[in-house]
Amino acid sequence: MNDIVLPVLWAVLGGAIRVGTPFLFVSLGECLTEQSGRINLGLEGVLVLSSMAAFGGAYLSGSPWIGVMAAMLAGALLAGVHGVLCGLRRVNDIAMGIAVMMLGTGLAFYLGKPLIQPQAPTLAPIMLGSTSSSAQLQAALSINPLFPLGVLIALALAWLLANTRWGLIVRMVGDSADAARAQGLSVNRVRTLATMAGGAIAGLGGASLSLFYPGSWNELLSSGQGLIAIALVIFARWRPLACLWASLLFGGAGALGPALQSVGINGAYYLFNAVPYALTLLILVLACTPYRRLQGAPSELSVQR
Amino acid sequence: MSPRLLATIEAAALPILAVAAALLAFGVFAAWGGYPPLEVWRLLFVGAFGDAFSWQNSLQRAAPLMLTALCVAIPAQAGLMVIGGEGALVVGALATAALPYLMTVPPSLSGTLLILLASVLAGAAFGALIGAMRQWRGVNETISGLLLAYLVINLFKHVVEGPMRDPASLNKPSTRPLDDSLMIGTIPGMDVHWGLVWGVVACVAASIWLAFTTHGFSTRVVGGNPRAAGLVGLPAHRLVITACAIGGAAAGLSGGFEVAAVHTAANASVISGLGYAGILVSFVARHQPLAIIPVAIVLGGFGAAGSLLQRRLGMPDASVQVLLGFAFVLILAAEVGRGRLRLPGRARGAKAP
Repeated sequence: MNDIVLPVLWAVLGGAIRVGTPFLFVSLGECLTEQSGRINLGLEGVLVLSSMAAFGGAYLSGSPWIGVMAAMLAGALLAGVHGVLCGLRRVNDIAMGIAVMMLGTGLAFYLGKPLIQPQAPTLAPIMLGSTSSSAQLQAALSINPLFPLGVLIALALAWLLANTRWGLIVRMVGDSADAARAQGLSVNRVRTLATMAGGAIAGLGGASLSLFYPGSWNELLSSGQGLIAIALVIFARWRPLACLWASLLFGGAGALGPALQSVGINGAYYLFNAVPYALTLLILVLACTPYRRLQGAPSELSVQR
Repeated sequence: MSPRLLATIEAAALPILAVAAALLAFGVFAAWGGYPPLEVWRLLFVGAFGDAFSWQNSLQRAAPLMLTALCVAIPAQAGLMVIGGEGALVVGALATAALPYLMTVPPSLSGTLLILLASVLAGAAFGALIGAMRQWRGVNETISGLLLAYLVINLFKHVVEGPMRDPASLNKPSTRPLDDSLMIGTIPGMDVHWGLVWGVVACVAASIWLAFTTHGFSTRVVGGNPRAAGLVGLPAHRLVITACAIGGAAAGLSGGFEVAAVHTAANASVISGLGYAGILVSFVARHQPLAIIPVAIVLGGFGAAGSLLQRRLGMPDASVQVLLGFAFVLILAAEVGRGRLRLPGRARGAKAP
């Protein structure tokens, strides 16, 4: 029994971090964007474009960390397009998000065409388990160097939103644009900046896809993680720290299928992938009522009104 | 000119200007990559609408977009923003492929209609579920549609690669292909399958329903002003859920056609983003079923032109996606100009309706 359960457990733990790291960044990016009262479905495009930028940057410069910078920049720019255009009157943020998603993936596939073959330097893992004798443990604990950064960003974001003037401004714009205007704040500027910062954070998720796991660039790199971020943020009830746990849970669910496969239990791969969505949906059905919005949701969010 | 005519002209002019701007931007983008922009523009036109062959190609691509766009447009008339069309398409495709597993389907036209009916019912159930969760539990339909789409896509993959997998499909897991007698052929004299006719009929029928029937009118009232609808005693729950079901049925039907007219079996090719493209088609058409037809044809044309750009100029296959990205972003952003267009006959400062 033990020789089945332990390997699976380690594989799921390692997988939760490996698969969950991109989830963590996109959900933190989306969380920040939504806290300012706007939804960004375009994060899927941001993710794909930034993973291309990361790979291209690393390939051309020879340094993966320059690739990471390029990813953040590309993410912030594309999210900036969404942020600026959604500030115009009558422009629908949901439709614009999907248009930005198309633009981002299109640009990434177009510009990334020459990058499909070459190898770029990837990010070296942090080997936490190097003292352990178990190969599985070592594999599970060779951690994406961006993951600790994501944890730091989650902590920082939680603290900033709760305790600083800057965080208060973002939350005020997200909860009542009128109140923010009465304070003399530019609602559009705050939302655009929050969307851009969210795009930069989500860009780190793209970098982690192309520079760590799977560690290459191709057109099948993202399987909708950017759109899943929307579900994750609801699951986490718009709290950055909860985004961390939610990402690990979603990542773990994604890793359970392959882990079971490796010990010979086949056939439920996609069912495990489906579990987080079913769970989020169940939470929504149980927690929503027709009379009030979901607890923790910014009131200016168009999908909560 | 009457204000209504002005509004119509403006509604058409803004997207046309935006598409022109997108073509311009795409030309600049292509020139930056070293491709001659004039030739790019010429090929875009030739590839989309240059001859009978390209027309057919464009129409073929437009057919599913019409149906998936209705999945957004009809709930939008009832005031809901449903973006789960991809999910409705997938369950529709699965239902079409699954029916022969469950019962013997007569190898005739009635059998074909039966498998299409299965796709319609599956899509309708999908849509109704979104509407019901919204009306009874207050779950936002945009979010639940997105979640349900991912849920059913994973279930689809599970079923296609597991219980319903055809052992003969080695490299690409598929369900058992449909019997030839059930497959949907092409419209006589054209190389376009019947899905186009169904798409056009569905759009026309939807617009007649909205404009000329009491039920359609009630649906628009619920969408326009739910409080007023409640005050006059309209059954809002039923109307909204029905609208979602009709929309889902349209997208489900497009899934049925993807299987029964294009891929012959349910496999990963069915999930190709047609549902998402439909969202944008519906927005460009301002959720007006009749306007969906030309918009879908123009967008299908861009798609058709893409392969020509690839063949003649060696541009990457994603070129069209870039062009569509530019076009959609600009069309949606052009909404800001509504009510500001200087048309003869409009008093300055007049507000858009």
